[in-house]
Amino acid sequence: MTTVIIRTMTRILTPAILVFGSYIILHGHLTPGGGFQGGAVFASGLALLIIAFSRKRVKEMFEKVPLSVFESIGALGFLGIGLMGIVMYTFLRNFIANSGAPFGMPTPEGINPGFLNTGGTLPYLNIFVGLKVLAGLTSIVLILFLILRREENE
Amino acid sequence: MMEHLPALIIAIPLLGAFAAPLFKRHHKAVSIWAILITGITLIVSLLLTREVLVKGILVYVFGAKSPTLVLPSGYKVPIRIMFEVDALGAFMAISATLMSFVGALYSYSHVAHESGLEKYYSLLLLLEVGILGMVLTGDLFNLFVFMEIAGISGAALVGFRSYRGEASEAGIKYLIISAVASLMVLFSVALLYGEYGNLNLAYIAKNIKFGVVDLIAFGLLFTSFAMKCGAVPMHYWVPDAYTEIPAGGNPPLLVATYANLYALFRVSFTLFTNIVINISRAGWIMVILGVLTMFIGVTMALVQKDVKRLMSYHAISQTGYMLLGVGVGLTVLHDPSKLMEFGRDAIAGGLFHVINHIIYKSLLLMTAGALFYVTGTRNLDNMGGLARKMPITTISFMIGAAAISGLPPFNGFASKLIIYETSYMLNPILTVFAMVTSILTLASFVKVFASAFLGPPLKKYENVKEVPKPMLIAMIILAALCVIFGLFPKIILDKLIYPAADALINYLQYHSWGGLA
Repeated sequence: MTTVIIRTMTRILTPAILVFGSYIILHGHLTPGGGFQGGAVFASGLALLIIAFSRKRVKEMFEKVPLSVFESIGALGFLGIGLMGIVMYTFLRNFIANSGAPFGMPTPEGINPGFLNTGGTLPYLNIFVGLKVLAGLTSIVLILFLILRREENE
Repeated sequence: MMEHLPALIIAIPLLGAFAAPLFKRHHKAVSIWAILITGITLIVSLLLTREVLVKGILVYVFGAKSPTLVLPSGYKVPIRIMFEVDALGAFMAISATLMSFVGALYSYSHVAHESGLEKYYSLLLLLEVGILGMVLTGDLFNLFVFMEIAGISGAALVGFRSYRGEASEAGIKYLIISAVASLMVLFSVALLYGEYGNLNLAYIAKNIKFGVVDLIAFGLLFTSFAMKCGAVPMHYWVPDAYTEIPAGGNPPLLVATYANLYALFRVSFTLFTNIVINISRAGWIMVILGVLTMFIGVTMALVQKDVKRLMSYHAISQTGYMLLGVGVGLTVLHDPSKLMEFGRDAIAGGLFHVINHIIYKSLLLMTAGALFYVTGTRNLDNMGGLARKMPITTISFMIGAAAISGLPPFNGFASKLIIYETSYMLNPILTVFAMVTSILTLASFVKVFASAFLGPPLKKYENVKEVPKPMLIAMIILAALCVIFGLFPKIILDKLIYPAADALINYLQYHSWGGLA
């Protein structure tokens, strides 16, 4: 069991870490970072939750979360975007680059006031990679934690 | 659609691998899913081979406007990841997809009672992806990535029966070997990238200058691939890994080993071939490694009592034949008259032995898996009199044993004869070693046959029945291939093997992306 200090700080910090992880994933095509890095940050927030609470609470929290399904969805989504490129060009072609699709107008070249939709398919690839990484890393931490705590209890 | 085949052959098993975990607790469904996916991939690989044999080297540039756009206007160097499929890559792709299909079919019954099957099939398909990527890619870094995929999924498969301590140990051993080998590969890729600023195999091969740094890179690549294909000083992981993996995973794992052999050939022939003097020295190293591997492997096999372990030591010894055959070709690569006289045949013999060995060794390991399935033991001393109870397994085993010992009319004879003839032209002593090894192989398989299948029926195996149908079908497919390849070697040689050998010899074509630049 951990102390009250750790549990309280976890309650305060975890939402911030999760938001920061999501930000790194979603801004992957504009700023340093991307799907993998953001997913790792997100998973570290969840890992904080896992280590701060008791085995019973953790089991309650994660019982209903289909982590392996998230992992599959992430990988299949990535593959799906890759396959969409085959229809017109080649595998993993950035087929909506410079067209502004699916939101509004194409972005003009040069310095701009901060347009977000400039990556074509990249943000979607980042989201899928992020989903896969956060689910994968979290399930690793979860499994290690459950094995370790079981030995402690017995 | 045909030009997209190199991407589809990776994408389809990848789809299968990622979708497999969704079939949680539906054991039958996930088995059928894996058989379906591997079957489709087999068809795709056959189509791909036909394309390559008709049109020559097939280039696929990922993310480009069109699949063959290697150098977009204004570029002097290739910048995108590409697949470059020549006849050799297509040949390896056929072996990989065929063996994954057979392995998935066999696994349907063989692992039916284990838990976590969705993970097993996911790993099996990922292993296939890794092998296919290794043999089709035209990019050095990509080679490293796919080598890692194959290594990690292979290690997890080896340790699949984690309730057995030996399985975990073998899995960790394989993981460490893979990690060391792929880190050395990564280091040499970094050396080459630092020197040439590009990762494309053909581009580096064209511009290679062969200074000290290249020599170091060549040494590291050669060593790490030789290590992962089980050549002798680093062979110790092979028996553990092959023994502990469920028998359905044996065929893909075997091909994964030879994917590293492919990488060894690709590196020595295509990447570092422009060096006139040193490449024959590298060829001699390969030949000597081959002779050592075959002889030491077989002598260690003779004393084994565990049936799968015995066969695994034979797998090491057979790898020696391939190294010998292709090594003989490599020594005379820059000597046109000798190359025409026996070098080309030697390479063809070595490559023919790759697919022959994959077929009969998978067959043998699967019969060993069948013995384990019915008796629950792998120790030869505890078996006996099973021939009456399991006639089809017995016949499959006899065909496999005859093939591995090089008896006509089975496929092992066809390729071993070519290797004997051509290595005799280089140095007769090599042939002596090869033939002695073959005789010792026969001796040890006679031992297995006598102690497992012959003799009086044992009381404890009174109620033993023949193994389930999917396992039988998988074994029959391979036994039939053994006979077909042995009876009509000329067709296989002309259609598959000689184009692959020519792809290794005509490296200039690979360097120009099949004439695209």
